[in-house]
Amino acid sequence: MPTVRIPTQLRTLTGGAGTATVEGSNVSEVLKALDAAHPGFADRLYDESGGLRRFVNVFVADEDVRFLDGLATPVPADATVSIVPAVAGG
Amino acid sequence: MTFVTGLTCRECGRGYPAEALHVCDFCFGPLEVAYDLDAVRSSLTREVVEAGPATIWRWAHLLPATPPGEVDLGAGGTPLIRADRLAAHLGLGELWVKDDTRNPTGSFKDRVVSVALAKARELGFKVAACASTGNLANSVAAHAARAGMRSIVFIPSDLEPAKITTTAIYGGTLVAVKGSYDDVNRLCAELTSEQPTWAFVNVNVRTYYAEGSKTLAFEVAEQLGWQAPDHVVVPVASGSQLCKIDKGFRQLAEVGLIDEHPVRISGAQAEGCSPVATAFAHGWDTFKPQRPATIAKSLAIGNPADGTYALEAVRRSGGSIGAVTDDEIVEGIRLLARTEGIFAETAGGVTIATLAKLTAAGIVRSDERVVAYVTGNGLKTVDAVSPVVGPTATIEPTMQAFAEAVDFQEA
Repeated sequence: MPTVRIPTQLRTLTGGAGTATVEGSNVSEVLKALDAAHPGFADRLYDESGGLRRFVNVFVADEDVRFLDGLATPVPADATVSIVPAVAGG
Repeated sequence: MTFVTGLTCRECGRGYPAEALHVCDFCFGPLEVAYDLDAVRSSLTREVVEAGPATIWRWAHLLPATPPGEVDLGAGGTPLIRADRLAAHLGLGELWVKDDTRNPTGSFKDRVVSVALAKARELGFKVAACASTGNLANSVAAHAARAGMRSIVFIPSDLEPAKITTTAIYGGTLVAVKGSYDDVNRLCAELTSEQPTWAFVNVNVRTYYAEGSKTLAFEVAEQLGWQAPDHVVVPVASGSQLCKIDKGFRQLAEVGLIDEHPVRISGAQAEGCSPVATAFAHGWDTFKPQRPATIAKSLAIGNPADGTYALEAVRRSGGSIGAVTDDEIVEGIRLLARTEGIFAETAGGVTIATLAKLTAAGIVRSDERVVAYVTGNGLKTVDAVSPVVGPTATIEPTMQAFAEAVDFQEA
């Protein structure tokens, strides 16, 4: 199962854990499973229109999904999905 | 003391205490420092500023940390130079260059790092860290050395050799990452969650760090005789500096140090990394990330954290965002050097080349008082220009050889 790395800001939803392991074969499924396992993720990650919030970036195996297929990006069973606040750097 | 009242999410308005927080826990929007501007207004006068130190800390009322005193390296207080020869070349009237090459480690990053580490020490941090395209690496390593902090600096491994050496010399930990700046930045954003005792200046203390760039506006207004200029041209990497220059001019008017005056803000990017310029040209609300390919490595951020806000500031102010080729960047560096005697790094070449382009397009106008921000020293990116400049002649030490090789016209 893919591993999801959780940023500090969302660890209140995982009881403090920095990672979670959930089912899913693409980013959308993985995030849906994450919300099922730890309710609250969907509210924090998605905006009203159902897209990822403007300041949330998601990476599969360290690659920004905006360079791949977005929420439809495939997630191999051994991959790590990272949720990272966009506001950093510069 | 400071006049900070807390932090506020720029997106949803939620409030937070002035701790090592940089994004909103709920919506991930960036946190901004909130000040009691009424209190600043009643205690900060032009005379107070003028009696202060010749560094960014003369603006301590509008900065989010207590002045660091003797462990500071002295960032800021750089010259604003009237650039008549460059203006004549470009067809402009009143042009000034803010020469921020003249900071302790040779770039404007000393302003933001001085603020970030002052705040980090207040919060009890012993380790300074950053993700950097080079200038920030120099500055964090140097300021940490001066303050007796440990430093851990992350850079892309393909940086200019000079920027690697001028970071490593300060003796901190320097990690060269095989990837782009955006890869380094993502790594550091993730590391921040695992290393809560490190002050990543442009991650968990970024809210404070970014405020240091307001001093680029404050100083210009003071140097112009307590007036804001009509139009500024600012390089865009993350977009933070541009947003803070905009905020700085507006904040000075809010606290009564200058009269209200609209300042047009224009941005400058390299074509090889132009997500914000591209979004501006297409009328998009936000940018699409890019994979950078440009000699202007200090601006090579394909995923700019403040890109959307920079777009907003430029549009609101009636400015523009230009993008220039690598050849134009090199020519921009040479033009500034030969007309004004200022040697800028590649980002300065981007600014000058974009200024030329926007002037030719009639966007920067000859009836405006214009300020171009030149924010890094050319000695850091000598490789960019060494292929195109060199000795006029190489000769034997004889009178005859000189006469044959050099046709020197005095006028």
